[in-house]
Amino acid sequence: MSVTKNNLALPDEKGYFGPFGGRFAPEVLIPALEELAQAYEAARRDPAFHEELASLLAHWAGRPTPLWFAARLSAQCGGARLYLKREDLAHTGAHKINNALGQALLVKRMGKKRVVAETGAGQHGVATAAACAMLGLECVIYMGEEDVRRQALNVFRMRLLGAEVRPVAAGSKTLKEAINEAFRDWVTNVETTHYLLGSAVGPHPYPRLVRDFQAVVGREARDQILALEGRLPDYAVACVGGGSNALGLFYGFLGDPEVQLVGVEAAGQGLASGRHAASLVGGSVGVLHGAKTYVLQDAAGQIAATHSISAGLDYPAVGPEHSYLKESGRARYVAVRDEEALAAFQLLCRTEGIVPALEPAHALAYAVELARTLPPDRVILVNLSGRGDKDMDIVAHALEVIP
Amino acid sequence: MSRLAAAFTQRRAAALIAYLTVGYPDLEASLEAVPLLVDNGADIVELGIPFSDPLADGVTIQQASFAALKNGVTPARCLEMACTLRARLDVPLVFLSYFNPIWRFGPARFCAQAAGAGVDGLIIPDLPPDEGGELEATAARHGLDLIYLLAPTSTEGRIREVARRSRGFIYLVSVTGVTGPRETLPPDLPAFVARVRRAATQPLCVGFGIATPEQAAAVARLADGVIVGSRLVQIMGSGPGWQAALAACVRQLREAIDASSSAPAG
Repeated sequence: MSVTKNNLALPDEKGYFGPFGGRFAPEVLIPALEELAQAYEAARRDPAFHEELASLLAHWAGRPTPLWFAARLSAQCGGARLYLKREDLAHTGAHKINNALGQALLVKRMGKKRVVAETGAGQHGVATAAACAMLGLECVIYMGEEDVRRQALNVFRMRLLGAEVRPVAAGSKTLKEAINEAFRDWVTNVETTHYLLGSAVGPHPYPRLVRDFQAVVGREARDQILALEGRLPDYAVACVGGGSNALGLFYGFLGDPEVQLVGVEAAGQGLASGRHAASLVGGSVGVLHGAKTYVLQDAAGQIAATHSISAGLDYPAVGPEHSYLKESGRARYVAVRDEEALAAFQLLCRTEGIVPALEPAHALAYAVELARTLPPDRVILVNLSGRGDKDMDIVAHALEVIP
Repeated sequence: MSRLAAAFTQRRAAALIAYLTVGYPDLEASLEAVPLLVDNGADIVELGIPFSDPLADGVTIQQASFAALKNGVTPARCLEMACTLRARLDVPLVFLSYFNPIWRFGPARFCAQAAGAGVDGLIIPDLPPDEGGELEATAARHGLDLIYLLAPTSTEGRIREVARRSRGFIYLVSVTGVTGPRETLPPDLPAFVARVRRAATQPLCVGFGIATPEQAAAVARLADGVIVGSRLVQIMGSGPGWQAALAACVRQLREAIDASSSAPAG
């Protein structure tokens, strides 16, 4: 398979990236998915849509986000030069706002008034709640009970922004169940409601839609690194749960074969422990949430329980385009354990004065180890996809500051 | 005539299709329930293969699925159960499963073993015709009917496509929603059934939200089959004495359908 600029033409009209993707959804949703695909096609060809989105991204969401040369961190590694794409500085604190805003604008075009969304760490829920507040849309967020507990600050933020937060008690009480419940709400209210899915997962056209709205990250990063270094990076590194921030970054460099793309999954307590969320590194091909892709499942095809210290990576599947990038070899996927992510989290706090979210702390952990092995003329670009305020409680517990 | 097709011709009234989740409350109960369903008037039995993420299902079938999985139910166990039931009963058996367990088992291997066990058809709520081509061909090779679903939101084009491709019958989802009992039938159900009737020659069976004899009677006046699921699952999970309650419930549904059905128009 050749994946260079050709990838930009994917998915095909049935929503496939090679053998991955598709639309494995209940019949009741298929017309809504077709309507969404058509509305997006029309918006994509409409300069007015792009102008409105660009203006809101600039004046409301704070784009472009900076590219920061992490000088002290690089010096401490004693190897390659590390750059951080500062999505943590975007409005509401993560890259999630790019997609939430794009889809919310589409909702307005489609004439729907009500939005449902899932959230894991709460970042997508906060971004969606903010976009809905600004555009005057009703907003309901589904969140697993376990995540409601461990991300209490974000629950409060969503409610302040006018969203209704509905805890989900089924199964593992995390992101997977929140997605199930958001789908059930959508199935029930499909005529009036849009499901604002937060990652590059789900049935066609979501993986494409979300990727396109996140591609702004990679476009900016490419221009910025060229301006600062006069060259492309050797590596672009991002964490992968569903995989939207990684696709956003990768899309800036997909057509540049000299840039190695690395996705970092959550190895939790270690791949051998079985308590992890590394679908690409430790999973197999299956069908979940509307797409054929790598999933974590047992021998009978039941979706496995996952674990990660980071709620945003705690998901047993991955966007189908990542499955394609893995199989084609264009991107490489690795996994980082909870404790490695925690160490990188602390390292960034102390060397750069930046508190990252636990999700990109996984990407940082890998990048730091990689940097140590490379000469100083090499450049690594890391997507710092969100900020860590929401994780204070978890980190404090993990470091035993709070018993 | 296939066993499934015959189920729609043997009565003057609409067929009664009963669903249960295999392994809920336990495997013994499933084995015991199916003959009870048939003796009291069910014409087709849907055997639900439990899945960890049943996103088209309401709370009742979700909880039954999780409990069945805790009991160690797998597609292999469900195939064994179908085999056991087939040795005892002549009723048409249909598997209802989400796609991933079948995909993981291997679609060709699954179809071969299902047919070998005496299963007559498959219903896969997350496999629309857009994605079903391959399984459809495999199922057909093994003499299994792949039964597609339609919903009130289905466009005319999709109704025609399903009318062209669905085997055995067409499963009409009565509401935009998940499975589970509801107070009333949706007011636009007659129009929806009529819309499909214009395009299809297969029997039309309506499910989702049908729990009471009154609702079953009303659906029987419109359609060729009445599908009842969550209500029966609730009864099976109600503790000791569920057998008598299940028999009574199915008998009442049967009587209501018989009393109200005109001859099937299909």
